[in-house]
Amino acid sequence: MDLSGTEEEEAFRHGLRAWLRETLPKLPPRPPATDWPARRAFDCAWQRALYDAGYAGLHWPSDAGGRGAGPTQHLIFLEETERAGAPYVGANFVGLLHAGPTIAAEGTAAQRARWLPPILRGDEIWCQGFSEPEAGSDLAALRTRAVLDGDSYVVTGSKLWTSHAEVADWCELLVRTDPSAPKHRGITWLALPMDAPGVTVRPLRTLAGSDEFAEVFLDGVRVPVGNRVGAENDGWRVTMVTLAFERGTAFAGEVVACRRTLTRLARAARANGRWDDAVLRRRLGRLNAEFTALWRLTQWNVSEADHAARTGGSGVPGATGSVFKLRYSEARQELYEAAAGVLGPESLDAGRAWTADRLSSLSYTIAAGTSQIQRNVVAERILGLPRAW
Amino acid sequence: MTVDFRLGDDQRALQAGMRTLLAARYPREKLRAAVDAPPALDGAQGAPEAHGAADPGPDRKVWRALGEAGFFALRLAEKDGGSGLGLPEAVLLFEEAGRALLPGPLAATHLAAGLVPGAADGTRIVTALDGPGVAEHLTSSDAVLLLTSDTARLLPMEAGAGPRALRARPFRSVDPLTPLHRVDPPPPVCPGVIDTSADAARLRREAALLTAAQQLGSARGAITLAVSHARRRTQFGRPVGAFQAVQHLCAQMLVRTDLARASVYAASLTEDPAEIAAAKLLADSAAIRNARDCLQVHSGLGFTWEADIHLHLKRAWVRAFQWQSTEESEEFLANELLMDAAEENAPDVWWGTEGGENVLA
Ligand SMILES: Cc1cc2nc3c(=O)[nH]c(=O)nc-3n(C[C@H](O)[C@H](O)[C@H](O)COP(=O)(O)OP(=O)(O)OC[C@H]3O[C@@H](n4cnc5c(N)ncnc54)[C@H](O)[C@@H]3O)c2cc1C
Repeated sequence: MDLSGTEEEEAFRHGLRAWLRETLPKLPPRPPATDWPARRAFDCAWQRALYDAGYAGLHWPSDAGGRGAGPTQHLIFLEETERAGAPYVGANFVGLLHAGPTIAAEGTAAQRARWLPPILRGDEIWCQGFSEPEAGSDLAALRTRAVLDGDSYVVTGSKLWTSHAEVADWCELLVRTDPSAPKHRGITWLALPMDAPGVTVRPLRTLAGSDEFAEVFLDGVRVPVGNRVGAENDGWRVTMVTLAFERGTAFAGEVVACRRTLTRLARAARANGRWDDAVLRRRLGRLNAEFTALWRLTQWNVSEADHAARTGGSGVPGATGSVFKLRYSEARQELYEAAAGVLGPESLDAGRAWTADRLSSLSYTIAAGTSQIQRNVVAERILGLPRAW
Repeated sequence: MTVDFRLGDDQRALQAGMRTLLAARYPREKLRAAVDAPPALDGAQGAPEAHGAADPGPDRKVWRALGEAGFFALRLAEKDGGSGLGLPEAVLLFEEAGRALLPGPLAATHLAAGLVPGAADGTRIVTALDGPGVAEHLTSSDAVLLLTSDTARLLPMEAGAGPRALRARPFRSVDPLTPLHRVDPPPPVCPGVIDTSADAARLRREAALLTAAQQLGSARGAITLAVSHARRRTQFGRPVGAFQAVQHLCAQMLVRTDLARASVYAASLTEDPAEIAAAKLLADSAAIRNARDCLQVHSGLGFTWEADIHLHLKRAWVRAFQWQSTEESEEFLANELLMDAAEENAPDVWWGTEGGENVLA
């Protein structure tokens, strides 16, 4: 057990702080949530700035275009960027946090060279085409068909709840390649170019009022065989890798941001007199404990995965990601409930940016696998309880 | 910030050694024999027959065995007869003690090693009074550590003299193995008290962390009990652990325990007061909630005196009041939010995590 700092790491931290101090004030204002092209441009410009300064893909392996740094630098990066109020990954979420890492872990050298550098440079945006109308929690029930025709798969079907589909260049797509096999054994993981003929995106409005996700219709879309990651019909295994990154490490930086939000909230409560309410105050105190511990758990999971990678393991986060996601998603919702307590009637003002955050937090116990599904995973895969059916 | 939560080889060996020691010296039969002895009241005053048998105290043989194994002297320098180890190692040992439900003022005696002769080798038992309130094992202890926010004093005593010296009143403790006395404020200044130069604030923080570690051990023990019962017990033709409602109870037990564990281990490394408060708060909740959920998983069997579950719950209740109570921890952590120096000069805006910013007027 060790949490001490080395001089090299502290130097890295100071360099990053100085860069953030200089760079953040020069950023343009954030675009409104409803303007997707502007959001894409903003998110990509930020990623490009990170890339140019040498901060993109810190912990990605160097043969994946990353800088091969240890988990500690990566964690310092998350801590410092969030603390400084740097922009959220936004539209780069899928590429940077789970499609990219999946390709780094499972892709061929050619695939890594094709897809990873543009993700790190902020040139290409990815989305996730997993869920379908009939395949939500039961993801392996997916029906979108892919039939091999020469050197391409011909894909027909539809995807649902696809975040960022409107602005994405690529989609990590799950398709059924063998309908006669048991449902987990006939699935394949493909990289779908979103501009291919036959792809139609129909945006869906969320309860927050903006078009965060979409329906994607696929009508005889041709996807080159070379876009297949992993073997044909071995897509479920690859999917597990993607989900492990999505649940295990994708939310890491947000924990620091939540802790910062909590600090701001405490100051606001002191300013408006709500601090005198012991129930509210103690609630904020408990959330402080929760987010402090969630950050430690994040560090634990990230360093564990990294250690496994360095000792010949996969580097893919384990099922412990579900433990983290369960508590994080609920704690985040509790944070916004506490915020409403601090703001009082002001919390009903939909014109405030924080209201959008509060509404968006409602999806956290649903997206990337519902809390019920995470509890099934913890019970069966970590605690070894018998399967529920 | 080298981030590594894995136990080193020496730490692992220490933990295994403690498990072996407890299995040999404090096996479940011993725990149950003590629990099933006639109901005890820490009866220094009043006739024993009126209150049940006098407090037999923690098992002195076990206490000495712990002393010989270095449990109390662990953090003393080697020149003072200790092992020169730190809080991370101490936390691992206290976690094992909590899992085994080992009774007694373990944290107080550990802190008194170096202050009270005989505490380090386990020949003397030291309890503590952390402000007015409740003291454990007062009758059977050989000294009391009297702590306020800025003073650490000692009251050595003859066997059984503690309650009279502190004008403490016994009551029937909810935990059968932790006899308790009520001490009214202000704790009387009594003859024989010795001042020490120990840092009271540090001692209290360390005691809170070591108590959190015991709560963590109890919480982990409750998971083991719940999961093994859920796999064994069959209803409707299948193990009850195949029912989702039961699975989800068990999953939540693990979630709160893993969070408490990360918190306790991190606090043992940083010794940061806020992290220690967080560790105590989360470990207290984990121990209490896990015992409750474990009871639900066992149901009728769980409600019996025979099962150990109530012992976990009752001990967790007692430990949650000791050192930093839930209320103290929450208040401390609330105030810590206002002290974040980095935020001191920050503009008074709402920085959402996704949306943007907004003025909080
Ligand atoms: C904001 C947002 C963004 C999203 N973005 C994407 C994206 O980019 N790409 C993508 O592919 N998907 C995305 N999703 C979809 C998300 O992964 C699914 O919504 C989720 O997996 C649940 O599926 P479902 O909505 O069909 O609910 P259902 O599976 O129909 O579940 C309904 C209810 O039944 C419960 N339930 C179902 N099965 C079980 C079971 N076995 N045990 C216990 N309870 C069960 C669920 O917990 C839930 O409460 C997004 C969702 C949201 C809300």
